[in-house]
Amino acid sequence: MAASETIAAAAPSAARAPAIAYLATRHRVRVWEVLPWLLAIAAYFIFPDRMVFGSQVLVMVLFALSLDLILGYAGIVSLGHAAFFGLGAYAAALLTLRWNWQEPISGLFFAAAVAAAAGAASGWLLLRYRGLTLLVLTLATTIMLQELGNLLRDLTGGYDGLPGLIYTPLLGYFDYDLYGHVNYLYALAVLLVLFFVVRLIVYSPFGQGLAGIRENVARMHAVGSPVHWRLLTVYTIAAAIAGVAGALFTQTNAYVTLGVFDFDNSAGVMVMLILGGAGRLYGAFVGAVIYMVLQDNLSKASPQYWQFAVGLMLVLTVLFARRGLLGLIEDVARWIMPDRKP
Amino acid sequence: MDHAGPQTMSLTMSETIANAMQPTVPAALEIKNLNKSFGALPVARDIALALPKGGRHALIGPNGAGKTTLVNLITGVQRPSGGQILLDGEDITSLPQAARTRRGIARTFQINQLFRGLTVLENVYLAVAERMRVAHRLWRPAGAERDVIDQALAQLEALRLADDALKIVRELPYGRQRLVEIAIALALNPRVLLLDEPAAGVPSSESHLILDVIGALDPSIAILIIEHDMDVVFRFASRITVLVAGAVLTEGTPQQIRADARVRAVYLGEEFPHG
Repeated sequence: MAASETIAAAAPSAARAPAIAYLATRHRVRVWEVLPWLLAIAAYFIFPDRMVFGSQVLVMVLFALSLDLILGYAGIVSLGHAAFFGLGAYAAALLTLRWNWQEPISGLFFAAAVAAAAGAASGWLLLRYRGLTLLVLTLATTIMLQELGNLLRDLTGGYDGLPGLIYTPLLGYFDYDLYGHVNYLYALAVLLVLFFVVRLIVYSPFGQGLAGIRENVARMHAVGSPVHWRLLTVYTIAAAIAGVAGALFTQTNAYVTLGVFDFDNSAGVMVMLILGGAGRLYGAFVGAVIYMVLQDNLSKASPQYWQFAVGLMLVLTVLFARRGLLGLIEDVARWIMPDRKP
Repeated sequence: MDHAGPQTMSLTMSETIANAMQPTVPAALEIKNLNKSFGALPVARDIALALPKGGRHALIGPNGAGKTTLVNLITGVQRPSGGQILLDGEDITSLPQAARTRRGIARTFQINQLFRGLTVLENVYLAVAERMRVAHRLWRPAGAERDVIDQALAQLEALRLADDALKIVRELPYGRQRLVEIAIALALNPRVLLLDEPAAGVPSSESHLILDVIGALDPSIAILIIEHDMDVVFRFASRITVLVAGAVLTEGTPQQIRADARVRAVYLGEEFPHG
């Protein structure tokens, strides 16, 4: 095209090398990224009797990570993300209980497929809307799913749920123990794999496009981006990952109830992400760990009022650290070392 | 380049005959009898306009005349209730916005529409990635698409924005942001470029930077510019369309428009250079 001729005529500038270096290196794994994983392994040895709780934390990290893809990167605000968590949870439960398939890893794939199908179908319709409309539609869809689960009581066990689920030993070798040691490492391994999938996505041209949609959807249309298709793709991926988180939840607890579809679950995962920092990968780790540990300790100390502390933290975060705790840490780091590039 | 090609050849014989009064080469952009109403309020009434390849066409008119609406209709943000839009002779009236962009229509916005939280480089990267059809890739890092980065940087260099490449857009002064607005559109390598008041909001001490860029644009791009500054219009455009209340009042060369009594009447009370 003719325009490129004028472009070619312009001489490469001195600013070119650092600009290329910035884009070409930002996806590289940083040294500090080992830290959360080391901490997770350290927790395994330091709190050997808290591994059931530890597994639940890892499940919520994965769930929050899936929400980060759509909320933090693409800017889709959903209050119904528990729908995919719940579908994955029930897919994994029904597979073993009703259809007698007890191998856990294939159960994860099945749950991912079910949740992805639901994500694609609902996203195709819902992603035409944004803002408050989308918020209410996602919320309503999840409530309807929960009621549907209650209606199909013979299949789902209704609000009593499905207890006593049985799975074959992991990889045919590692049997589940009462203390949840195997479950913890299993959840950690799944989280590690899916974390790197998410990491790959957010640093790709596709992920860059999601940031574009978040920042200015009108301009993305104007540069020729098939916005709806992009959103549908990421929504489906996020649904699949949330489905895996739900399946892990079922498998590590060996039971499931319709509570997985609760509004509390959708709202809680969003609170985690906002606490930790949306749109920054590790925000899901920080937020889920803080939320779960707070919940665990405070609910013992004050079963009725523990949510007050979570609420207070959320208010403080939104008022003084809009980009979450990780954003706050970044700001402080930049304040101490102002010369460093973002 | 990718969007030339067979569409140009698809001009049918009947259309050629119908266009016999005009040059045989189809206009880069042609609008026929375009109509649009918001409820009972007509905002575009039988608008006709032809922009030859490399043409420099200005669209002027008082506030509320429907200038931005016309840009929205051409780019597909809004659908017309009647009429036709042709790009190099190909009917694009029913195509969605993204498809029109891919065929070579780009625009800038009267009020900045930028990716404010991203760097200048990322802003232009997004446009180049869409044009080069790599924006859907999710299995390799954005930084590995060196062609995209090189072309984005070249675009920034052409507009003297390279030094700001790694700055966050919202931290730039407004005049520089206005250049980013143009850089994104140019990064699409358009055949037809619609500039909606490109210097709007820029302090007069900086507006020459924008006008220099516009004056130096590739002569093969057909440009439709909406502009309020009549000095700019008369200097830049070889043809001018005057839009009033959604309808074309008149069209002509700058000399004809300057001499037109009706145009003067419309602009009575507004700045309009005499003589």
